[in-house]
Amino acid sequence: MSVLHCADLSVATLQKLLSAKLAQAPAFFLQAPIVLNLSDVSQTPDFASLKHLFMELKLVLVGVTAANAGQKAAAHAAGLAVLQAGKASIKAKEPAAVQQPAQNPAAEVADNTSAANNSAVAAVAATMDSKVVEQTVRSGQQIYAKGTDLIVKGAVGAGAEVIADGNIHIYGSLRGKAIAGASGDTSKRIYCYNLQAELVSIAGNYWLSDSLQGKFWGKSACIKMQDDSLVISELV
Amino acid sequence: MAKIIVVTSGKGGVGKTTSSAAIGTGLALAGHKTVIVDFDIGLRNLDLIMGCERRVVYDFVNVINGEANLKQTLIKDKRTDNLFILPASQTRDKDALTREGVEKVLNELAKDFDFIICDSPAGIESGAMMALYFADEAVVVTNPEVSSVRDSDRILGMLSSKSRRAEQGLEGIKEHLLLTRYNPERVEKGEMLSVEDVKEILAIELVGVIPESQAVLNASNSGQPVILDKDSDAGQAYLDTIKRLLGEQVPFRFLTVEKKGFIKRIFGG
Repeated sequence: MSVLHCADLSVATLQKLLSAKLAQAPAFFLQAPIVLNLSDVSQTPDFASLKHLFMELKLVLVGVTAANAGQKAAAHAAGLAVLQAGKASIKAKEPAAVQQPAQNPAAEVADNTSAANNSAVAAVAATMDSKVVEQTVRSGQQIYAKGTDLIVKGAVGAGAEVIADGNIHIYGSLRGKAIAGASGDTSKRIYCYNLQAELVSIAGNYWLSDSLQGKFWGKSACIKMQDDSLVISELV
Repeated sequence: MAKIIVVTSGKGGVGKTTSSAAIGTGLALAGHKTVIVDFDIGLRNLDLIMGCERRVVYDFVNVINGEANLKQTLIKDKRTDNLFILPASQTRDKDALTREGVEKVLNELAKDFDFIICDSPAGIESGAMMALYFADEAVVVTNPEVSSVRDSDRILGMLSSKSRRAEQGLEGIKEHLLLTRYNPERVEKGEMLSVEDVKEILAIELVGVIPESQAVLNASNSGQPVILDKDSDAGQAYLDTIKRLLGEQVPFRFLTVEKKGFIKRIFGG
């Protein structure tokens, strides 16, 4: 679900901001459920008129989060759900702004674990549990982490495929194919302990093993998108 | 309770049947009542390797179809006590095996035997799946070359997802790597993958390394399991393998190039 952060919750300001955002991709947020994060707001907004505004914009205001006592009461009165705020909620100035990739894989894993302890929040923040594969992915096997990150504790054998809508972390040798950002998110990355891949791909941009030969072959590496092209860098 | 061990590889021609014959014979020599079941329906070979091709009357498919009972069908090995062979059918194809039928036969064998060795056909189709489905342990036969290693990797994936143990959420099949046709000279020249390379890729425990040897070919041609040729390097390597399968710690042999002796160096050889 998309979470909206905005310091100024007056109807006029919101209408201006949201209309501009929606104009970029009218169909994308059509009838999308929106949760309002009130952590930056101290006064109680007029929920009834906000609901009306969202309806006009073809959005559905379903609830609020990070509300104080007064805001909670008003939200209840307006028929909105009050959701618990959590560490994992996405900080964004506008609804569904793209989540920035974590700078370091360990931190990201930790982030996802804390989200798991707080399932209600996790759902609101659109952060799903990472898919964890405990053993080696063998030739011919295919693993897809839908809408989330994929963590493989073993190796990925030649002829195996690991695919994720999120980032891919492989704590063994990557000899098969790894496809991150499968639903088109170019900010996703592939991290692996030993790069010997047949193919790596981020959001449809791919390199075959021929292009991967070089100083990172057989070493740990991070693959990401930069200026419309894949780049490999050191993992540590 | 009998232990069911599947000998499998994915790739053909790597030494599954030779290894099945050697392992079955070795276990019987160690005093365990053992039966080797040929799952390669339509391409029966085990009887030739075991030298009992003239004594096949009924076969595995006959037993499944209820046309013969096990007692009539099992062939007792003439050289080794405690050893029996259940031959495959040569006239049928792999679809003749049904899971229920195989289960019934294996359950019946389990009452009498300590070990049931399933000699799998090559490939990943129904015949190979049938051979591995009921296994408790697997011996994955691999040659030190990339295509064999990749096929073994594929089979290892099948073992962990398509077996009865996997489907019922039981403890996984115990996997053993058996490297066959190992030639230390060619490894040294870089023409062949080394033991370490294969272990690194497949990441399973090594149970044996069988050197490439003329003795294997001779044994197959004469219908005598190579493990009975105790003077040969391959025979000794299989004997070591059996000890490891039974839980003993045995150092690996035949992994390095044999240093030529003084006389050999002078006269060649």
